[in-house]
Amino acid sequence: MPLRQDLSSVLVIGSGPIVIGQACEFDYSGTQACRVLRDEGLRVILINSNPATIMTDPDVADATYVEPIDPDIIESIIDKERPDAILPTLGGQTALNAAIALHDAGILEKYGVELIGADVDAIQRGEDRQKFKTIVEECGAESAKSVICHTIDEALAGAEELNYPVVVRPSFTMGGLGSGMAYDENDLRRIAGAGLGDSITHEVLLEESILGWKEYELELMRDHKDNVVVICSIENVDPVGVHTGDSITVAPSLTLTDREYQKMRDIGIDVIRAVGVATGGCNIQYAVDPATGRIVVIEMNPRVSRSSALASKATGFPIAKMAAKLAVGYSLDEIPNDITKVTPASFEPTLDYVVVKIPRFTFEKFPAADPTLTTTMKSVGEVMSLGRNFTTALQKAMRSMEQRDASFSWSDLPDISDEDVRESVLESISHATADRIHSVQRGLAAGLSNAEVFEACEIDPWFLDQIELINEVAEFISSAEELDAQVLQVAKNHGFSDEQIASLRSMDTGVVTGVRHALRIRPVFKTVDTCAGEFAAHTPYHYSSYDEETEVAPREKPAVIILGSGPNRIGQGIEFDYSCVHATMAISEAGFETIMVNCNPETVSTDYDTADRLYFEPLTFEDVMEVYHAEVAAGPVLGVVCTLGGQTPLGLADKLKAAGVPVLGTQPEAIDLAEDRGEFGAVLDRAGLTAPKHGTAVTYAEAETIAEEIGYPVLVRPSYVLGGRGMQIVYDRTQLVDYMATATEISIDRPVLVDRFLEDAIEIDVDALYDGTDIFIGGIMEHIEEAGIHSGDSACVLPSLTLGEDVLDRVRSATAAIAEGTNVRGLLNIQFAITADVLHVIEANPRASRTVPFVSKATSTQLAKAAALIAVGRTIADMRGDMLPETGDGSRLSLDHPIAVKEAVLPFRRFRTVEGKVVDSILGPEMRSTGEVMGIDHDFPTAFAKGLLGASIKLPTSGTVFVSVADRDKRAMVLPVKELVDMGFDVVATTGTAAVLSRYGIKTTQVHKHFEADAEDRTILDYLAAGTIDMVINVPSGRQERADGYEIRASATAHSVPLITTLAEFAAAVTSLEVVRDKTFKVRSLQDWNA
Amino acid sequence: MRLSTTPAVLVLEDGRTFRGSSYGAVGETLGEAVFVTAMSGYQETLTDPSYHRQIVIQTAPHIGNTGITDDDDESGKIWVAGYVVRDASRISSNWRSIGDLSTRLEESGIVGISDVDTRALTLHLREAGAMRMGIFSGPAAEADDKELLAKVQASPRMAGAKLAEQVSITQPQLIPAVGEKKFSVAALDLGIKSMTPQRLSERGIDVHLLPATTNFAEIQALGVDGVFFSNGPGDPATADAQVDLLREVLGAKIPFFGICFGNQLLGRALGFGTYKLPFGHRGINVPVMDRTTDKVEITSQNHGFAVDAPLDGETQAPHDESFGRVAVSHVCLNDDVVEGLQCLDLPAFSVQFHPEAAAGPHDSSYLFDRFIDLMSASQVAQA
Repeated sequence: MPLRQDLSSVLVIGSGPIVIGQACEFDYSGTQACRVLRDEGLRVILINSNPATIMTDPDVADATYVEPIDPDIIESIIDKERPDAILPTLGGQTALNAAIALHDAGILEKYGVELIGADVDAIQRGEDRQKFKTIVEECGAESAKSVICHTIDEALAGAEELNYPVVVRPSFTMGGLGSGMAYDENDLRRIAGAGLGDSITHEVLLEESILGWKEYELELMRDHKDNVVVICSIENVDPVGVHTGDSITVAPSLTLTDREYQKMRDIGIDVIRAVGVATGGCNIQYAVDPATGRIVVIEMNPRVSRSSALASKATGFPIAKMAAKLAVGYSLDEIPNDITKVTPASFEPTLDYVVVKIPRFTFEKFPAADPTLTTTMKSVGEVMSLGRNFTTALQKAMRSMEQRDASFSWSDLPDISDEDVRESVLESISHATADRIHSVQRGLAAGLSNAEVFEACEIDPWFLDQIELINEVAEFISSAEELDAQVLQVAKNHGFSDEQIASLRSMDTGVVTGVRHALRIRPVFKTVDTCAGEFAAHTPYHYSSYDEETEVAPREKPAVIILGSGPNRIGQGIEFDYSCVHATMAISEAGFETIMVNCNPETVSTDYDTADRLYFEPLTFEDVMEVYHAEVAAGPVLGVVCTLGGQTPLGLADKLKAAGVPVLGTQPEAIDLAEDRGEFGAVLDRAGLTAPKHGTAVTYAEAETIAEEIGYPVLVRPSYVLGGRGMQIVYDRTQLVDYMATATEISIDRPVLVDRFLEDAIEIDVDALYDGTDIFIGGIMEHIEEAGIHSGDSACVLPSLTLGEDVLDRVRSATAAIAEGTNVRGLLNIQFAITADVLHVIEANPRASRTVPFVSKATSTQLAKAAALIAVGRTIADMRGDMLPETGDGSRLSLDHPIAVKEAVLPFRRFRTVEGKVVDSILGPEMRSTGEVMGIDHDFPTAFAKGLLGASIKLPTSGTVFVSVADRDKRAMVLPVKELVDMGFDVVATTGTAAVLSRYGIKTTQVHKHFEADAEDRTILDYLAAGTIDMVINVPSGRQERADGYEIRASATAHSVPLITTLAEFAAAVTSLEVVRDKTFKVRSLQDWNA
Repeated sequence: MRLSTTPAVLVLEDGRTFRGSSYGAVGETLGEAVFVTAMSGYQETLTDPSYHRQIVIQTAPHIGNTGITDDDDESGKIWVAGYVVRDASRISSNWRSIGDLSTRLEESGIVGISDVDTRALTLHLREAGAMRMGIFSGPAAEADDKELLAKVQASPRMAGAKLAEQVSITQPQLIPAVGEKKFSVAALDLGIKSMTPQRLSERGIDVHLLPATTNFAEIQALGVDGVFFSNGPGDPATADAQVDLLREVLGAKIPFFGICFGNQLLGRALGFGTYKLPFGHRGINVPVMDRTTDKVEITSQNHGFAVDAPLDGETQAPHDESFGRVAVSHVCLNDDVVEGLQCLDLPAFSVQFHPEAAAGPHDSSYLFDRFIDLMSASQVAQA
C-alpha cells in the first residue's frame, strides 16, 4: 500500500533541548522525517523548543511551534491545528513520553488524533520492564533475572533474592538516567531511592548482574506488511556495565559467528513483532556470556534512538527517513534504497569497512563528579570514524576526539616489572573510565598479556589483539632503520597519523608528511554504499583508506569545502552544526558544489543529503589536507570555510592558509586580531573602546602581579578556550594560589589570562555580519544573569529589555568599529558588559557563535546563510531584500516584535560524586549547559516562563518557596519575595534572610540550614526530602566558599524542585509566575510570527 | 611486528593484478572469481560445495575473528578454489572456537591472499562481470605477470562446467528423522550443504542422501514421499542426466522441492532455459518477494546462474504439456531475477536461494514446512 490517503496533516514532536542521552541525533532524525512527510504532500506541524535545530527552520515544516514540549501546550497546538495524526517516534524519549501523557490525559481521544509509528500499547510493552520481560520470554528468549520494585523495601528484598551486585534501572527514562550498579545495601538504597524518583511511574527494576558480558545492539525496522529487516549490528567494545552511549562501539559486530548472530536476529524479529512496533525502527540490546554464548535480551527502545542515528551514518541506510515513510503507509519494498536508487529498502545493509564510535566526556567541567562509567550515560557527544579495518577506524576516531592525548602514545610506558606499578596498571584497566582504552593500550605495550588484560577488563581478546597489533606497528615504525615506503604504508594501513609517526621517530610532523607525499603514499577515498560494492552508489559519502583505488568522481562546478564542528561537547554543540548546514544550503543555492567534512554522527551536517559530497573524516590538519588534495584532483575548489563550525575549524584556518589552501571569509589574520589579547587590545584602543583591565601571565608570579595591579576580583582562564573552560572568578590572593595550583597549567605555551571582573554588570551579546564595507547587526541580546555567569549558561532576551537607545547606539558603533578593526568577513560575535554606564568589551569571536540560530529564529533572518554567502563573495548590500531585510537590522526591532528568551539547560542531575550526591548546580564563568530552549511570546514574562518550562523548570502556581540569599543581594530580594507573598505563596527562609524579610514586614517560616540545626530541628533538607518545598531560591555569595548552600542545591536538584541561583533570574521568574498563574499559554507558530 | 614475508599476487583474466600477502597455503590456484558480501559465516562459505572451482573474495573487512568451530562446517571439507580477504585475523576469539582459520586453510591446501583492496576488486568484477582468476604466492608468484596471466586465461571457464558429480557423495546415506518419523525424502546430493538434511530431519523426515548419478528406479525403490534436489556447483545447462531424472519424478507426481541448483534443474525440466548472471548473487542480505504472500524475506544466496522464465502470470510448462502451468513464486527485488518456481498442476516447487541459511537469516525456513504440506496433501490425495 502506498501513501495513506486518509492523512492530510501530521504533528511531529521533536526532542527539545540537548541533554545528555538525547542530543542532536534527534534533529537529524526529525528533520529527515519532516522533509519526507512534506514531500509526500502532507501538512507538517512541528513542536520543538530547541531553536538550534534545523528541524525548527521555518521552511522545514508548514507550522513550526518553538514551544515547550508539555502536554498542555501540545493540546493547544492540536486544538489550533487539528492534525490527523501524531508521529512520536522520532523525537526521542521526550516525544514518546509526551505522546503517552497526551494519551493518558485523553487528549488524543478528545481530538480524534491517531498516533502513527507506534501505539501506546506498543510503547508500554517496549518500555515497561515487566511487560517487556514477559514478551521476551514468550518469544522463547531469555532476559536477565529480575524483580520489579516500587519501594525501597521491595528493592532490598529483591536484591537478597538475586544476590549482589544488582543493576538498578528506573522505567521510562532515557540515557539510563538514574540507573546504576549496587554492590551492597547502601548502594541500593541510594540508587534505587533516586531511581524511584526519576521514573515517571515510580518504578525500578533490579536485575541479576551480567557485568562483563559482551554487549550488542541490533537496529531493526518493521513495516505494516510485517516485513522486518536488521539495519545494523553494533558491538560494544566495553562489556556490559557501561552504558552503550558511553561505550566505545563498533559496527558491524566483529566477534560473533553467524550462528550467534542469526540467533540474535531471530530474537530481535520475534520481539519487535510481539511488542507490536507497528511501523518504523527499534533498537534491541543484548548481552552474550563470553564463556557459554548464552544470550540475554537487555532492553529495547520502540523508537528511533541515538543508536539508530549512529546506525544510519554507519551503514548509509537513513532509518528516520524510512521510518517516516513507513508511518504514512509505505512498505519497505515500495521505497527505493536511497544510495543505490535501483534496489529496494527492504534489505539488510552489508559493510565492507569498520565503524568505530567513541563517546566524548566533559568530566573536567564537573570536578566533583565521579568519572566512573556506569549504566547512567554521562557522555555529551561522540565521534564516529570509518576505516577499512578496525585499527584504522579506532585510531581515526581517537584523533577525531580533538582532545589532547586522545590518540595512543608510547612514551613513558609504565614499568610493569615493578609489582606495584603492575597492580596499579591492572587496576586502571579494570576500572571503566573514559581513559581505560589508553590504560589497556599502554598496559599491553608495557608487556601485559592479552589474557591478563582480558581478565581485568573483559574486553574481547580480539579487540585486545588489535590494540596489540597497533602497538607492534608502533614498534615497527620507531625501530625501522629509515622511514621508507613500507614503513609508511604499514603505519597508514593501521591508522597512524603523521603526527604519531613523527612522535615515534622523534621527527617533525611536516617532515613525515613531506616524505610520505614524496613517496606518493596518500589515502584514497572509498564510498559508503550499503551493499559492499554490489551495486553502484549514487551518493558521494566517502571515507579515507590507504588502499589502491579511489572513488572520488571528477566534477566540473567549483566546490566549497565546509569544515564541521566535530564532536558535541559542552560549549560547542548543535548550534555550530546548524550554521554549517545553513552554509551548505546557501552555498549550494549560490551555484557551488558543497563538500562537508565532519566526524560527528549525530548531526544533520553528516547526513549525506546535506552537502553534495560528505567526507566522514577527523577534523585534523592532515585529514582535512588529504580531502582538499583529493578534491582539487577532482575539480576546481574555491576554498574552505572555517568560521562556522566553532573553534574546531577556526583553529585550522592558519595552517590551511599557510599550506596554500584558500580560506574563505574571515582570514586567519583577522582571527588572530580578535583572539590575540595584545592585538585585540590595540584594535580596541584605536576605536576608543574600553575593555576590563587585563593581562596575560606565563608564570604564577606574573599572574599575581597582574591581579594586584588591576585589582580583585579577577577572572582567570587559560587562553584560547571555548565554553569558558577552566575559567574562574577569583576574589583574593588565596583563591588565585589555589586556582593556579589545581585548575590550570601555566607556561610560555599555555598562558593564563587575567581580567578585571566586573561585578553587577549587565552582559550584552551581539551577533553581527561584516563584509568589509557594511555591518549588519543580527541581534543585541541582553543577558538575564549578571556578567560572570558564562553566556552559554545565562538566559538572555532578544530584543533587549532594559537597554536604552543610547546604550544600543554605543553597542552598534562599537560593533562596527571592532568589525572594521579586525577586518572579519562574515559573522562576528562580541560580548559586552555595561556597568556604571561604561560599556566594556569582554571579548570578540571572529566566527559564528552559539547564539546564531537563536538570533536567526528570533528575528527571522538567516545569519549563517548570509555569512556563507559573504564568504563566497556576496555583499550585505546586495543581499538586502533577499537574504537580509530590505532595511534595518536586528538591533532595531519594533516594540511589537515578539520577545524571544533563550534559556540554558543544565546537566547537574546526571553527575554524582563518589558518595552519590549530585554535583553542585551553581552557575559560574565556566559553561556547563548542554543545550538550550527558546520561549517566544508577546511579552517577556510569558516568554521567560515558556523558556523555563521548555527547560523542564515548571514554576509552581502556589505552595511554599524556600529563600536563602547572600548578604550583598538581600536588598534586591525584598521586592520579588514580597510579590511571592502577595501571590499567596508561603515563604520559608534561613535565619539571616528571614530576619531581613521580617523587618520589611514579610512573614516567613524560619528554618535552619542543616549544619545549624539541633538534633530535633527540621532543617531545609528535611523539608525538601518531604516534598513540601515547591521552589528553591538559593543565591550564594560570590566571594565565599559556596559550600554552605551546596547541600540545599543538591537536594533540590535531586528532588527535581525548581532551583534558582541568581537574583536576576529570581526577579525574572517572579514576573513570570504571575503570568503562569493567570492564564494558559497561547501558542503561535514561527510562520505566524513572521507573517 | 610479524610482517608477512611471503608476497602473493592475484591475477584476473583481463590482466588486472593485485598484490598482497600469502594467506593459508603457499602455491598457486585458479578458479572463477566471485565476491561474497556476507559479514558473517566464513566457515560455512568455505565449506559450501557450491563454491567448488571458485575463488571467493570476502568483502567483509575482517575474516577469521572467531576461528573455526566444530559445528559450522557445511560439508566435510573446504571447497573453495582460493580465498581473498583484506584483513586476516591474527587470533581466534569465540567460546566455540577449536582452531584458527589460517591454519585450517593451510592444512587444507587452500591458497589465499590477504591485504588486497578487496573493494576495488569487487567493483571491478561488478563492472567487468564474472571472470577467471589466479592466486600465486611464494615461488609461484615470482614468474612474470604475463606468464601468470597466460595460466589464468588457460584455465577452464565456469560456463559449461559439469561439476555436480565431482562434489556428490558416491554411496547413499540415511539421515534419520529426529523424533517421530513423518515422511521420507530422497535428496539428490549435487553439492548439498549439511544444514539442508538437518532442516528436513528435524521436521521428522528420513533423508536418503543419494549420489548425483542416481536413477529414477533407485528412487522408486526407496518408496519415498518426496524428492529433493540440492544446491551445487557448475553450469545447470550441463546437468542433462539430473534434468531427465527430475522429469520422471514430475511425471510420477512425486512431491518435489529444489534449492538453488535444484531450482535451475526444475526450470530446465519444465522447459525453461538458464543463463549466467553478470556477477551472480552471493550474500546473506538479498531481498526476495514471496509472491504468494506478498512478503519480503531476507535470503541467503549463492548463485551465478538463473532460470529464464516469464516473471508475470502463469505459463504453460514449455517442455511437456502434461506438466501443466508454472508460476514464478519468488523474485529478487534487487534485479528481478527469478528466485523460485511453483508448479500449479504438479506437487513441485523450488527456490533459487537458501532457506537452510547457514550462513544467513532464517526468514525462509517456512519453505521446508511448505514441502511437508505438499507431501501431506499428496498423501491425502492418494488415500
